[in-house]
Amino acid sequence: MSTDTIEMVKMTGQQAVSAALFEAMEKDPKVLVFGEDVADREGGGVMGTTRGLSTKFGDARVRSTPIAEQSIIGAAIGAAMAGYKPVAEIMLMNFITVAMDMIVNHAAKLRFMSGGQSQVPMVIRTLTGAGWQTAGQHCDHFEGWFAHTAGIKVVAPATPADYKGLLLSAIQDPDPVLFIENNRTMFMAGEVPVNQGPIPLGKARIAQEGKDITLISYSGIVAHCHMAAAELAKAGISAEIVDLRTISPWDKETVLASVEKTGRALVVHEAVRDFGPGAEIAATIQEELFGKLKAPVRRLGAPYCAVPFAKVLEDAYLVQPPAIVAAAQELAARG
Amino acid sequence: MSQSNTNKASPDAATQLDIFRRMLRIERNDDATRSQIRRGRITAPYYSARGQEVIPATVSNLLNDDDKICTIYRGIHDMVAKDMPLRPLWAEICGRVDGTCKGKGGPMHLTHPETGVMVTTGIVGSSMPIANGFAWAALLDGTKQVTVAYFGDGASNIGAFHEALNLASVWKLPVIFVCQNNGFAEHTRYENGTSVDFIAKRAIGYGMPGYTVDGNDPFDMYAHAHAAVERARAGEGPTLLECKTFRFMGHVFGDDDSYMTKEEKAEAMAKDPVALYRQKLIDTGVATEEQLAEIQAKIEAEVQDAIDFAFQSEPPSTDELRRDVFAEEIPA
Repeated sequence: MSTDTIEMVKMTGQQAVSAALFEAMEKDPKVLVFGEDVADREGGGVMGTTRGLSTKFGDARVRSTPIAEQSIIGAAIGAAMAGYKPVAEIMLMNFITVAMDMIVNHAAKLRFMSGGQSQVPMVIRTLTGAGWQTAGQHCDHFEGWFAHTAGIKVVAPATPADYKGLLLSAIQDPDPVLFIENNRTMFMAGEVPVNQGPIPLGKARIAQEGKDITLISYSGIVAHCHMAAAELAKAGISAEIVDLRTISPWDKETVLASVEKTGRALVVHEAVRDFGPGAEIAATIQEELFGKLKAPVRRLGAPYCAVPFAKVLEDAYLVQPPAIVAAAQELAARG
Repeated sequence: MSQSNTNKASPDAATQLDIFRRMLRIERNDDATRSQIRRGRITAPYYSARGQEVIPATVSNLLNDDDKICTIYRGIHDMVAKDMPLRPLWAEICGRVDGTCKGKGGPMHLTHPETGVMVTTGIVGSSMPIANGFAWAALLDGTKQVTVAYFGDGASNIGAFHEALNLASVWKLPVIFVCQNNGFAEHTRYENGTSVDFIAKRAIGYGMPGYTVDGNDPFDMYAHAHAAVERARAGEGPTLLECKTFRFMGHVFGDDDSYMTKEEKAEAMAKDPVALYRQKLIDTGVATEEQLAEIQAKIEAEVQDAIDFAFQSEPPSTDELRRDVFAEEIPA
């Protein structure tokens, strides 16, 4: 079947997440959804992402919780170990900090520390991203912390189709998965195949083919890479965009193949640049492809500061397309 | 300072004897562990629960095999009371491949789902939020299973305790929070770290029954644990049991005990709950000296067999570093 015969539907990332949750709960009675305000009595989630689930599947499987992230994740761990597939919502990524012990010391490690006797097949859905002027305690991208913790997978989709497909896979995965929803892309519409099924975790996506430079990104910044690539094309630079989709475990094979082809790599993410996921990716590229690179591997990320409030500061904090264009041009001029 | 317990359940003779068997299994196992450490055969830190035997022995008597426990780094007594087999326990303590966790968890992190030992955490307080998850699953499954979260008095001051008790109460979860109050949070005396004179008082704040129990008295423990188990199985929700006890061997085995007085330690040890209960069973005619000696001989043989088994077991292969990180093995 060729791609143009696939029936498509236009939906936002949020609608895609909702569709995945409905589908997963329908198919598997072990799937549970819970978190702050997620049931319909409380509005179906602060953004309405879980709206309708409790009405359809009942209060036993879809539960609003107290504002107590540690107890939310703790309940998810126990239920997962007892055979359920909990999808716990941590409303915003910064709130995950008060549940770090549960995630890092327990969810991620219990399989290993029990010698494989325990499994914790749970998903933590969380929303984040700069752009709404919520400042330093409501919109950080903390994925690097979790990618550095062995035993938990980290997924950060960039398109509505991926929001659906990756969430379906995350829910069926036998291991804990942190599923990051970016507030800018969550509400952008895109084409999604009507029967969009699971998309495998750990596999990157070539979002755009090119030959002069590889832009490696994920989550909300992939959209910025597309804008930058359009500008670069006008300047005669052909950029390939690799959307990681899964940050941990990340798809080295696809990234290395692309950079081997283009000879230049620019890693771009919303998270603070220092010690961010880009450092790991850049280091791997230079370890594996040292003699084949036409230019040094570069990274772009947020400056080393908290997410600021004032609009002018927030805009400067987030990696914008012109910065990507400038960095890519610099690299393209070499080699 | 507990709420009043109307349940006056009393253990019959067979139950009394079973509680003693579990206590003695803990005590003999602990004695053997310390002996192996003194001989240099085990190198891991050991958090002895000597003196706290009555609590899990009594609670476990009231639990079924499929009831679950979540315990803490000072929790080997809780597992032994739940009748976890000693061979995989000892092999784990020794870091061997036949350990229940293949030597990847160690004495602070044992797991044995077959006997309901679901999680053992090295983090103070963390047994409680996870126990809620097991209890919630039991509720969803429609079973009458009960989950017990064991923790110490120090853990009643950490956020996890408060979040977990609140959620358990709001959701009416079949969970029992069993606080083994041994008077010290690591080296800090109870009153220097805890705002209330009785931890059971905190149950009132979370809308659940809370009882302060003599954790060294099997009869008092039985009546209160019985009430808690019945309440959980009836779907009425959680209970907080504050069980007063004393740890004989300090925080970590080998510490200098300078944070407690010699007198209070000597006084507690003079009232060794294992010895006192043993005598009581004889005095009340529940068991004869011969019967108890027979139980003891059986346990000692079991412990020795486990030690021999553990030291004959091989250390794990370094391939284990790539296994169990995820369900799928990480490629070499």
